[in-house]
Formats: sequence, C-alpha cells, structure tokens
Amino acid sequence: MSGPVDVTLSINGRDYPLRLEPRRILLDAIREECGLTGTHMGCEHGVCGACTVLLDGQPVRACLIFAVQAQGATIRTIEGLATGDALHPMQRAFIAHHGVQCGFCTPGFLMLAVGVLEHEPDISDDELREVLSSNLCRCTGYQNIVAAVRAAIAELRGGTV
Amino acid sequence: MKPAPFAYHRPASLDHAVRLLAELAPQDGRVLAGGQSLVPMMAFRLARPAHLIDITTVAALDELAVRNGKLCIGARVRHADFHRPAAEGPLGVLLSSVVRHIAHYPIRSRGTFCGSLAHADPAAEWCAVAATLDAELVAVSTGGERIIAARDFFRGAMETALGPEELLGEARLPLLSNDTCFGFAEFSRRAGDYALAMALAVLHLEDGVIAAPRIGIGGVEAAPRRVAVAEEILQGEVPSPEVFQAAAAAAAAAIEPLEDPQTDAQYRRELTHAMVYRALMRACPPRGTQR
Repeated sequence: MSGPVDVTLSINGRDYPLRLEPRRILLDAIREECGLTGTHMGCEHGVCGACTVLLDGQPVRACLIFAVQAQGATIRTIEGLATGDALHPMQRAFIAHHGVQCGFCTPGFLMLAVGVLEHEPDISDDELREVLSSNLCRCTGYQNIVAAVRAAIAELRGGTV
Repeated sequence: MKPAPFAYHRPASLDHAVRLLAELAPQDGRVLAGGQSLVPMMAFRLARPAHLIDITTVAALDELAVRNGKLCIGARVRHADFHRPAAEGPLGVLLSSVVRHIAHYPIRSRGTFCGSLAHADPAAEWCAVAATLDAELVAVSTGGERIIAARDFFRGAMETALGPEELLGEARLPLLSNDTCFGFAEFSRRAGDYALAMALAVLHLEDGVIAAPRIGIGGVEAAPRRVAVAEEILQGEVPSPEVFQAAAAAAAAAIEPLEDPQTDAQYRRELTHAMVYRALMRACPPRGTQR
C-alpha cells in the first residue's frame, strides 16, 4: 500500500507525470524527478525557507508537503519567475540592492517575496519585515534583502513593469 | 532526513475519512491536515505512521462562519485565513492579532487551526486561545459527533481527549461582545520560534470595574489553561498597574512550569508574570498609561 503512486505535478505551466512513493516530499520531486534544481534544500524540516515555492499562489515550504498532496495544484518555482531573458522585477531588485551574496537562500526569498506581494500588495513595512523573517540568510544580514523587496514593491506599485 | 514509508489515503468526504480512520487507526493510521508539525516530526522519524489520511481533500471541512453565536472553524481552515478578521467584533480582531505570532507566513498558508489543536503542542497559540475562550471541540468518528470542552480536551503535551478513531472536525469559539477588551503577549527567543510563555487576557468593564476576566496561559505548562486565581484577583477591581501586577504574580505562583535545558522553572515563572502583566496592560491600559 505504501508503494509508488501516480502523480502529475503542474510546475511553471508544464505537466510532469511522475510515479513516486507517497513519502516523497514535494521538494525532492521538484529537484530530482523534475530536474528543477533552482529550488534549494536547506534544513528539510521547515525552518530555513530555502525550498519556498508557490503552491496555488501561496508561498509554502516544499519540504513540508508530500508530492502526492500537490496533485491538481499549480506550482511555481524560481525557474518560472523570469520571462525569457527578462528577469522579474524582484530578481532585478535583488541584484541592484545586493540582496544576494552566496545565493543559496535567494530562490526561497524571491518566491516568498513574490508570493506575499501578489496577495498583499499594500503590505506595511512592519508586516514585510515579519514576512521576511520566515527565511534564513547567513550572508547579507537581511538589510539588503529588505531594501531589495521594498524597491521591487515601489516599482510594482509604480506600474513600470 | 526523509520520512519513513507510509500509505497515503485521500478520502472523498468526511464520512469516508472517519471510516478510513476507524479501519486504519489500529494499524497506526493518522490524520494529515496542514502537516506543518507532523511532517517535520516524520522527517526526524519521531513519528512513523503507517497510514496517512489526508483530510485536506475534504471540501466540507472548509467552513469558517458564525452559527448560533459561535465562530465555527472547519478542520481545513488554515492559519492564514485569520490574517484578516474572520468574524465581526473583538473575536475576529483577537484572532488576527494572535495569528501573526504563529510560526511564519509560509507555514501559516499551509497549517490549520484544528490541526494545531489536535497536535496540542504546549506552545501552540491556538491552543491557548481555545483554552482561554472555552472553545467547543467537535470530535467526529463513525459513531457520530461528540463535543468536548477545551478544559477537558487538552490533557498534556501533545495529548488530547481525542480517541484514536476520532478526528477533530470543527472548533467553535464564542463570539465576544463589542465591549470586550483583550490583550495577547508572547515571548520567544526569535520571531516565529516556539514561545517560552504566552498569555491572553480577555475582560470587559462594568461601571469602571473589571467583569468576567479570563486569563489564559500557554507554553509554560504541559497544556494551556485558564488561571482561576489570577481571574479572582481581577474580578470587580478598577484596572490599575498594581492590580495587574498582583494578578500576574498570582498566575506565576500558580503554575507548574515546564523545564528544558535552556529554560529553568524560575525563568518560565518570571516570563509568565511578565506576559500576564503585558497582556492585561494591552487589554485595558489603565488611565494615564500608554497602551
């Protein structure tokens, strides 16, 4: 009964028909079965946020969901953020404001920030800092990440995208 | 770390879910809701259920509505559903201010209110809210429904009155009248971390004196509860920092604190004092003090 089951994951607009064990977490399925290694594996128990992806538009920890549970959901990963060669405004802002150093946490932060802003475009500064405390970064000291997200919010609000 | 193998079940209805649970509970079957506590425990292999019954596939558990003066919260309602007030009046505001203390945004978009109660972590904010407000918990099994009062529901750390063949289908919180004041305070070492202590104060004023006060604590004992000795000190008094200090001191003296290597009993007692005092000051700032 705990043998492999059929699951189709819909990631960045493409369907991935898979056969996997129910215990396979979504993170492993995305990285290893689908080959989308932009989503990073950090702690594997929901603390670090490196594996954050959007599930039906909501930022979630891909290590705390079994892949079978994502059947029928729309998944968006870091590979789906840019449009062709044009980076997403959040990606450009992270570069411009030096919100990236080693880059390991960056995909998780980008998906977190993009996901939250799509739901709460008028988020306050306090709420934004609380949201960004969801994920761990060991390089930047967070200030440049906060600055990058604020700059992206300003750009998105200005309608220049 | 990877979870141990299990069989995954996707019930089509609540009836189907409880039938699966009745069949599989004796074979180490468990309910999976948001999974934000259970899945990490499985990753550490602290939990190794042989069967998981995923109730997030049961649309009937989505209800979040007021019925008969109570906010009814179905087992599929997520923490994030409380980011905006889910009910009119003080209850909705109370829930939306407490929810910001629960873990982090991505966890809140997945974890569920009822799952938190059924998991019964001593440091869970919703458990403290349920105990303070005397929630009704609706246990569902193939035998039907039974309603459990919050004071009987929380039995200890990760221990509830639910039987192995019962699932928590719904939680009901009484609406609060418009003159209700509340304050919540929590201490944790990092934002979103497990709380070391929390307190919820709910009261209203009649002719300038405190009436029907409720003081609930969480994270300090094995299970959340109301603290009667603190409530008795407040009843009928004019709000003042001195009265609030007396109630907080009584609460701190009344508890049997949890201990862990970083947190001894005395530290938790002092935190309890501070949290009860802060919660009361937030609920009802006495004249001449800052909220």
